Amino acid sequence: MAELAPAHAAHAHAAPTGFIRKYIFSLDHKVIGLQYYFLALVAVFVGMALSLLMRWHLVWPQSHMGWLEKLFPAGAAGGVMTPELYLSLMTMHGTIMVFFVLTTAPQSGFGNYILPIQIGAEDMAFPTLNMLSFWVTFVGFVVLIAAFFVTGGAPLSGWTAYPPMSALPEAGPGEGAGQTLWIVSLALFSAASLLGALNFITTTLDLRARGLSLMRMPLTCWTWFVTAILGLLAFAVLLAAGVLLLMDRIAGTSFFVPAGLVVSDRVINHSGGSPLLWQHLFWFFGHPEVYIAILPGMGVVSQVISTFSRKPIFGYRAMVFAILAIGALGFGVWGHHMFISGMSPYSAMAFSVLTMSIGVPSAIKTFNWIGTLWGGKIRFTTPMMFAIGFVSVFVTGGLSGMFLGQPPVDLFFHDTYFVVAHFHMIMGVASIFGIFAATYYWFPKMFGRMMNDPLGKLHFWITFIGVYAVFGPMHYLGLIGHPRRYAEITGVNYLAQSHPLHLFMTIAALITVGAQLIFLFNLFWSMFKGKKAEMNPWEATTLEWTVPSPPPHDNFAGAHPVVYRGPYEYSVPGAPKDYIMQNDPEPAKAAH
Amino acid sequence: MWLALGAVVMVFAAFTSAYVVRKGMSLDWQAIRLPSILWLNTAVLLASSATIEKARRERQSCESWLAATSVLGAAFLAGQYVAWQQLRAAGVFLASNPSSSFFYLLTGAHGVHLLGGVLALFYVAGRAWRGAEWPNRQAAVEATALYWHFMDGLWIYLFFLLQVGGK
Ligand code: HEM
Ligand SMILES: [Cu+2]
Repeated sequence: MAELAPAHAAHAHAAPTGFIRKYIFSLDHKVIGLQYYFLALVAVFVGMALSLLMRWHLVWPQSHMGWLEKLFPAGAAGGVMTPELYLSLMTMHGTIMVFFVLTTAPQSGFGNYILPIQIGAEDMAFPTLNMLSFWVTFVGFVVLIAAFFVTGGAPLSGWTAYPPMSALPEAGPGEGAGQTLWIVSLALFSAASLLGALNFITTTLDLRARGLSLMRMPLTCWTWFVTAILGLLAFAVLLAAGVLLLMDRIAGTSFFVPAGLVVSDRVINHSGGSPLLWQHLFWFFGHPEVYIAILPGMGVVSQVISTFSRKPIFGYRAMVFAILAIGALGFGVWGHHMFISGMSPYSAMAFSVLTMSIGVPSAIKTFNWIGTLWGGKIRFTTPMMFAIGFVSVFVTGGLSGMFLGQPPVDLFFHDTYFVVAHFHMIMGVASIFGIFAATYYWFPKMFGRMMNDPLGKLHFWITFIGVYAVFGPMHYLGLIGHPRRYAEITGVNYLAQSHPLHLFMTIAALITVGAQLIFLFNLFWSMFKGKKAEMNPWEATTLEWTVPSPPPHDNFAGAHPVVYRGPYEYSVPGAPKDYIMQNDPEPAKAAH
Repeated sequence: MWLALGAVVMVFAAFTSAYVVRKGMSLDWQAIRLPSILWLNTAVLLASSATIEKARRERQSCESWLAATSVLGAAFLAGQYVAWQQLRAAGVFLASNPSSSFFYLLTGAHGVHLLGGVLALFYVAGRAWRGAEWPNRQAAVEATALYWHFMDGLWIYLFFLLQVGGK
C-alpha cells in the first residue's frame, strides 16, 4: 500500500528532469503546493465572476445580456437571467469558494509548500499520496464546473444541498445531472482531503528536525496540523453523507426523502426518510469545515504579526491551547445551524452554550495578537497590513456570530442577509485575508523575488474598505428581514426601499473585484520582474528562511537542520541582532 | 495506518448514526431475514484473520499463509455476493425498505474496503511468493495484517448491528 512507503526511503527520489515529472506529476511538495495554489487562484476568479453576476442581477434584474444566453441557453433565454440561474450561480459560487478556494489554498497550498520546510523535512511523508490528492482534487474541480454544461445546468440547492430538493432529480432544472455531478465532485474532494490529512498529520508527527519539539513549532505548523485532524474526521462524514444522498438519487432508497411529497404535481415514490438526518450529517462536517478554512489563516497571522512587530508572539502556549480548543469545540456546535429546523429547546440550549464558549479561545487569540502588536517596532509591510486586516474582519464576524449563536435571536436572523454578512466576514473575507497575508509573506521564498509593496498596499486598502462596503450593509438588510437566496427584490414591498443599498453594494463589489486585478498583475509581474529576494528578506526566524529562495529540490540540500529554540525569538535582550534563527545554537556569543 | 483507520471509523460512525436515526424515527421499517450464509462468511473471515496473524508471526516463510488469507478473503467476498443474490431472489432490493437499503449499503461499503485489503494482500503475497526480499517487507505484512484485523472487527460489528438493530 502506498502509505506504507516509509518516509525516509521515499525522500530518496532524485530531482526529476523531464517537464512532466517536474511540473505536472511532480512528487515535490513545493510544486504540489503551487499547483494547489494556482488551482485556488483560478477557482477564486470563477467564484468572483459568479458573485458579480448575482450582484448585477439583484440590482438590474431585467438587464439583457446576450453573451449570458450563449453561456447558459436555458438559464438566460432571451438574455435575461431566470431565478433558477441565479440559484445555480449562488450554489456554485458558495461551493467553489468554500471548497476549492478556502480549503484548498491555505491548507493544501501553503501547508504543502511551507510545512515540510518549517519543520526541517525534505518532503511530505508520502509524496505519491500527495500527488494523488492534488490530482483527485483537480478532477473534482473539473467535475464541478462540468455541472454548468449538462442538461438542466448547475444545481440550485445551495452549498448545503438540503434534501429533499437535492435528492430529487425532478425538483428543478439543475437537480438532475447537475446535482449528481456536484455530489460526485464533493466526494472526490473529500477523498482527496482525507489523503491529504493523513499526509499532514504523519509528516508533522514523524519528520520534525532534531530539537524541534511540538512546543517549539511555529504556530503555522500547529494550525496546519490541527486543521488536518479536523479534516480527517469531518471529510469522512461528508463522504458518508454524500454516498447516502447519491443512493437516494440513483438507487431509489429513502434515507433523506420523506413520504408523500408532491413535486410538479406528481407524488414522489419515496417513504419515511429524514431530511433532518442530512442536516445533522452535513453540519457535523460543515461547522468544522469553517475552522478548516480559517485556522491556517490564524497561524499565518500569528507568524506575520510576530515577525513584523519584532516581538515574540504574546502567549505562545495560550495560542496553542486556543488552537486545540477551537478544534475540539468545533465538533460540538453543529446544531447552531439548525435552531429553526426543529430541535428540542434543551439541545438548542446546549448547542448555544457550546457555541458561545468558542468565543473564549477566539478572544484569547485576538487579545494575544493585539498584545503582540502592543509596543512593537511595527514594520507596515503588505503582509502585515493584511494580517491586521484579518484581525479586524475576524472581530467583526465574531461579534455577529455571538448574535446568531443565541436561538431566540437566530430565529429572526436565520435565512436573512445577516447570516450572509456574518459568514462572508468571518469565513470568506478573513480566510481570504489570511491567503493574501501568506502570499505576500512567502512569495519571496517561493519565487525568489519580492512583490511590489506600493501596489500591495493599494490592493490592501481598496480591498479592506471594499469588503466592509460590500458586506457591512448586509447586516442592516438582515435587520430589516431581507431573506437570503432571493433572486430579485422586485415585487416585495418592504424590500423595495433597500434598492439603493443594493446598488451601493453592487458598485462596491465591482470595485473590490476590480482591485483583485492589481493583485493578479503584481503576482505575475513580480514573478518575472520583481526585485531579487535574499534568503531572509523579512529577517524572520523560522527554518524556511535558512534555505535559498526558492529552496532546492530537497529543501536542505542533504543537510539535516537542528533546532535550538522556539520560533519567535525577536528583540531578545543582549542578542546581536533583533532576531535569533531557530537553528542558531549560541545567540549571545554569535559574533555575526 | 492508524490514521487511515480513524477515517474509516468516522465513515462507519456516520453510517451507524444515520442507521439509528433513520430507524428510530420511521414508521416504515421492516425487518429483513438475513441470509444464513452470512454466518458461514463470518467464519471464513475469522479464519482469515487467524491465517494472517500466522503470516505476521512467521516472518520469513509467510507467503503460503498470506496466500491462504487472500483466498479466504476472496471467498468471503464471493459469499457476500451470494448473500446479495439470495436476498434479491427473495424480492428484497436496495430500495425496498430502509432496513434493506442499509443492509446493502453497509455490506457494500465494507466489501469495498475489504477488496482494498485483498488487493494489498495479493500484492504483498505475490512479491513474497516470488521470493523477493525488500527492506520494508515485514512492515508491509504488519500493516496489511492490522488493516485486515480491523476489517474483520468491523464486519463483526456490522453483522451485530444488522442482526440486532435490524429487528
Ligand atoms: C467578491 C466577493 C464576494 C461577493 C460580492 C459575494 C457575493 C455573494 C452573494 C451575492 C451571495 C448570494 C446571497 C444570497 O442570494 O443569499 C453569496 C453567497 C455565498 N457566498 Fe459569496 N461573495 C463573495 C465572496 C465570497 C467568499 C470569499 C466566500 C468564501 C467563503 C463566499 C461564500 C459564499 C457562500 C458559502 C454563499 C452561500 C451560498 C448558499 O447560499 O448556498 N463568498 N455571495
Ligand atoms: Cu457553525
